[in-house]
Amino acid sequence: MDIHEYQAKQILASFGVSIPRGGIVYSPETAENKAREIGGLKWVVKAQIHSGARGKAGGIIVCNSPLEVAQATDKLLGKKLVTNQTGPGGKIVNRIYIEEATDIDKELYLGLVFDRSSESIMVVASTEGGMSVEEISKEKPETIIRSKIEVAVGIQSFQARELAFGLGIDPELITRTSDTIIGCAKAFSELDATMVEVNPLVISKQKQILALDCKMSFDNNAMFRRNKVSELRDKTQEDDKEVYASDRGLNYVSLDGNIGNIINGAGLAMASMDMIKLAGGEPANFLDVGGGATPEKIVKAFKLITMDEKVRVILVNIFAGINRCDWVAEGIVQALEKIEIKVPLVIRLAGTNVEKGNKILRDSKIKYIEANTLEDAANKAVKALNK
Amino acid sequence: MAVIIEKNTKIIIQGFTGKMGTFHADEMIKYGSNVVGGVTPGKGGQKHLDRPVFNTVKDAVKHTGATASILFVPPAFAADSAMEAADAGIKTCVAIVDGIPSHDMIRIKRYMRRYSKEDKMTLVGPNCAGIISPGKSMLGIMPGHIYKEGRVGIISRSGTLGYEAAQQMKNLNIGVSTSVGIGGDPINGSSFRDIIEKFETDDETDAILMIGEIGGPQEVAAAEFVKANMKKPVIGYIAGLTAPKGRVMGHAGAIVSAYGESAIEKVEILRECGVVISKNPSVMGDTVKSVLEKI
Repeated sequence: MDIHEYQAKQILASFGVSIPRGGIVYSPETAENKAREIGGLKWVVKAQIHSGARGKAGGIIVCNSPLEVAQATDKLLGKKLVTNQTGPGGKIVNRIYIEEATDIDKELYLGLVFDRSSESIMVVASTEGGMSVEEISKEKPETIIRSKIEVAVGIQSFQARELAFGLGIDPELITRTSDTIIGCAKAFSELDATMVEVNPLVISKQKQILALDCKMSFDNNAMFRRNKVSELRDKTQEDDKEVYASDRGLNYVSLDGNIGNIINGAGLAMASMDMIKLAGGEPANFLDVGGGATPEKIVKAFKLITMDEKVRVILVNIFAGINRCDWVAEGIVQALEKIEIKVPLVIRLAGTNVEKGNKILRDSKIKYIEANTLEDAANKAVKALNK
Repeated sequence: MAVIIEKNTKIIIQGFTGKMGTFHADEMIKYGSNVVGGVTPGKGGQKHLDRPVFNTVKDAVKHTGATASILFVPPAFAADSAMEAADAGIKTCVAIVDGIPSHDMIRIKRYMRRYSKEDKMTLVGPNCAGIISPGKSMLGIMPGHIYKEGRVGIISRSGTLGYEAAQQMKNLNIGVSTSVGIGGDPINGSSFRDIIEKFETDDETDAILMIGEIGGPQEVAAAEFVKANMKKPVIGYIAGLTAPKGRVMGHAGAIVSAYGESAIEKVEILRECGVVISKNPSVMGDTVKSVLEKI
């Protein structure tokens, strides 16, 4: 789960990380007052969307008066920002963060992620803040320093100090830099985060260490014990169909193609998408209804796929194990009594009682194309598309 | 001797009396697995499916001599249950449950470091289908009948894609020595490399089919092991050719976040390491067949 920049900043501030003064607004009228309340002579108006690279997309505006702050807020609110991370549809701006401008002396990079090889938390830092970590690794890999946090004991002071010295920080600022790193590491561990990124972490001309832009992501599997964090979810930043799916226990990812998929199991779903591609088609989605493929889930899956206007063919591929094909077939028949399908439908069943399952489908009123293997299903779906 | 489990391996069910535990324990018993009892705290002393229920794993081990366990407990309690099994002397523990927080998984693995190599439990999963040695024992939730007895080992992150492979092989009259589902989570108990190493020394296995997917370093680590140490042929398939970067594809661990984690990159590295690649998921069985014919 992702959260907004201002939310990440508030969390990190509660762990002792310094942030510039700022406040959130939802309208231009309040923006002007908020700027006055924050004080200073210069402000930064920042569109809050779940994406990086907002600056290049025009989502960050520097203002010299409260009036300009109000105008900038007016310009951004309700707009869809398209960045290189949002996809062509962009993401809607519903919240604006207003922040005092910082006199930057130096920009650093600080990131924490799970390292799957060592199964620990990896801290990554660089003197080249402001660039993405991918750009830094490509262009200035020699500036990157790393430190592994042992999950059982948490970050140690010496590790934070080593990182701070490694970044070439002035001796007088070492303690404050270490505290920032420790704060981020504690937030990561204590809140079940999967990623904390402060980019840039800046040293201001007034010798402050400030988190100027922050991103945090959290482990969806741990949200049952992180009520406060899960309340920060902003569904307006997610794809409508993906929200519909996740609220109904389906694993769904919206894609650009036109062959809709209903599959049980994530691995089989990816494999089926690959077969579609190899057959010359493009999948419209990834959809895993769960290994069990219950009739309820299948009904929900058909509803979801028919919401997608791009879909011109639907491919159902279910490998029934303990949940037998005849039972799955009855689920499909029931689902299609409730939902009208206007596009060609290809169904491939495999596993336990496959003959019984296929017979139930053949004897029903459903109009569909029967397929036997994964390859056969993909080929028939692509063929149906081209008719 | 089969890898990991044998015909007589004594199995207990953790979360025995719950709906999932009951259903799958029954399926395992029907398959012929030696289920000797189960654990549900607070229900010790009762009988369930004709077998004794214990309050703690230690009690269960003491009274039944169980060496294997399978977890059907909710995600919030799974880490605790796995550590309880490790501490009670269980040798093989399969965690079926989907949804264990990553921080908890790391904690379990750190906790298990306290045991010497000989005393250490093999944890398989979470978010997996479990283990089956066809004709011998099933410590999992797979449909047992799709696996024919034979001499090919299967290791898969995905459950249903592993079933697909077993079915394709059965249709070609190829059997399985043991199939291990290692699960779809980012941090798991046993890696491809851990299991592939066991297959290399297993005298009932002639070849290994490894079914991977996007995300994480494990397929590459296993391929490097194959190149350096393996004599038996390894066949590989990687799912997720069409998966976009940075998106979680159902499995919490199926996300491309670094170089070498996409399907194309993994396939290239596997091939360089001498793994025979199944060019699409529909020919996993055929690819295994062609490799077996050359042995």
